Amino acid sequence: MNEAVQLTHISHTFGRLQVLNDVSITIAPGIIYGLLGPSGSGKTTLIKVLLGILKPTLGQSIVQGTPMPSLEKMKHIGFMAQADALYPELTAQENMEYFASISGLERPLIKTRIKVCLETVDLTSAAKKKVSSFSGGMKRRLSLAAALVHDPDILVLDEPTVGIDPVLREVIWKEFHRLTVEGRTIIVTTHVMDEAEKCDQLALLREGEVIVQGTVEDLKDAIKTDSLEEVFLHYGRAPS
Amino acid sequence: MKAAAVIHRILRQFRRDKRALALMLLAPVLVITLLWLVLDTEEYEPEIALVNAPVEFTEAVEEEKAGVVSMNMTEAMAALDAGEIDAALSWRDAQLFLILEGSDSTASRAVTQLLQEMLYDMNPLQQEMTPEILYLHGSEELNLFDNTGPVLVGFFVFFFVFLVGGISFLRERIQGTLEKSLASPLKRWEIIAGYLGGFGIFAVLQSIIIISYSIYVLDMFMAGSFWNVLLITLLLALAALSLGTLLSTFAGNEFQMIQFIPLVIVPQVFFSGIFNLETMHPFLRGIGKIMPLTYGAEALRGVMIRGEGPPDYWLQLAVLAGFSVLFISLNIFALKKHRRL
Repeated sequence: MNEAVQLTHISHTFGRLQVLNDVSITIAPGIIYGLLGPSGSGKTTLIKVLLGILKPTLGQSIVQGTPMPSLEKMKHIGFMAQADALYPELTAQENMEYFASISGLERPLIKTRIKVCLETVDLTSAAKKKVSSFSGGMKRRLSLAAALVHDPDILVLDEPTVGIDPVLREVIWKEFHRLTVEGRTIIVTTHVMDEAEKCDQLALLREGEVIVQGTVEDLKDAIKTDSLEEVFLHYGRAPS
Repeated sequence: MKAAAVIHRILRQFRRDKRALALMLLAPVLVITLLWLVLDTEEYEPEIALVNAPVEFTEAVEEEKAGVVSMNMTEAMAALDAGEIDAALSWRDAQLFLILEGSDSTASRAVTQLLQEMLYDMNPLQQEMTPEILYLHGSEELNLFDNTGPVLVGFFVFFFVFLVGGISFLRERIQGTLEKSLASPLKRWEIIAGYLGGFGIFAVLQSIIIISYSIYVLDMFMAGSFWNVLLITLLLALAALSLGTLLSTFAGNEFQMIQFIPLVIVPQVFFSGIFNLETMHPFLRGIGKIMPLTYGAEALRGVMIRGEGPPDYWLQLAVLAGFSVLFISLNIFALKKHRRL
């Protein structure tokens, strides 16, 4: 029950296509866990299984000791999808208000939390603007703010920093680290090496299977290199 | 109650999306006006021939909005046959004969109405002075607009709620907000309830506008009570909304949602009573029985034309409610695809 997330022997098929094959991952609380892999390797599917919004063909996702899906646990999970799930007709503030109220956040806290989260992603000045007028990066940041709004224990982020400039990316990663210090767990998918480098632990996915997992140092040491890119290429080349 | 958050959000979206709001509230008004223009030309000025008319009648009829000529019987019949006049009025042996050309229901109605008013004005004592009405062609018909009006009211409510509701739910799916909502503690039924609530408010508004406009501005025939009509259209709107959101599950984009119109909406129009189905094979007529609009239209006709109250159409209301319950349950079930809880 110590683990934040336990994925046990997850397999999933869409029709005949095997998307995940016997994936088992255990994530300790208070760390940043990176899911690294090329597109089509099953990262997003794995995340949906973790959240309980997709029932895997085989296996079970357990979050803080509770099998998913669980409405109670959903309150403690923040999710940011790969596509920006926002209402373009509404303003940033209105989007945040909606997601805050369905997240189970207590009413008196909603206002302050929205303010804090918009500040974190540097969107305070755009709060009253309609999302349809936002740039790609702004939408990405707002999605992140929406995932953070109810102060979740576990943050699940699918490619969170795509389209965000390096300066803000730095700020956001600092925020991630601050959150882990507070004991929160962050699960993030990425295919950017320098972001993977910042994760405490990594799992490398290819064609629906975990090829290797461990801390960044473990992975580098295993093939005696000091570049994560090498690691990625080494395992990526391996014949299936 | 998180459904309230969904309702609140939908109301806000509507306020921002003025075009969808206009489509739902004003487009029906525009279309029903066009139909009224086509089907109900109230200000028609008939051409009438007078045969052996008393002098005071001739003087009185010239005051009215009608073209009047004096002819003898032979000339009048020839003119009627040629379609030059709409009717001939003839006095013979103290009996009044009205001969209508009859192929145009609008003209026939204008003539009979005019004559009734005149006879009433000239006979304040209400003496028996009923004209014998003869038709050259056709026979008496109900005005098309009055006849189909109730069905049209039901249809517009159904169609626009189906379209706007279905597409907004579809968008939630496409833009990922549905998934995002389901990755929260929001229950599936709360999403559906929120939708029904949010759109329900606009459906009420829409119904009130369509009904008031049809009845008070376009002067659609209305024998029953306004509130009965509103109740029926609301149930129709609920069925349309639940069907629209359910079918949006099977559409991949907005265009595919539009493709449901010929499949789901158009057949309902054909079977809802705008066209007379009495000559159709009973088995084929049965198709109408599985369509919500059929029941809504039946109830609306009952209220608007025959002045019925709830005891006369409770069965139709129950069936409509049943359709909604069925569609809503199927929809909550369909959301299981996203999350089992």
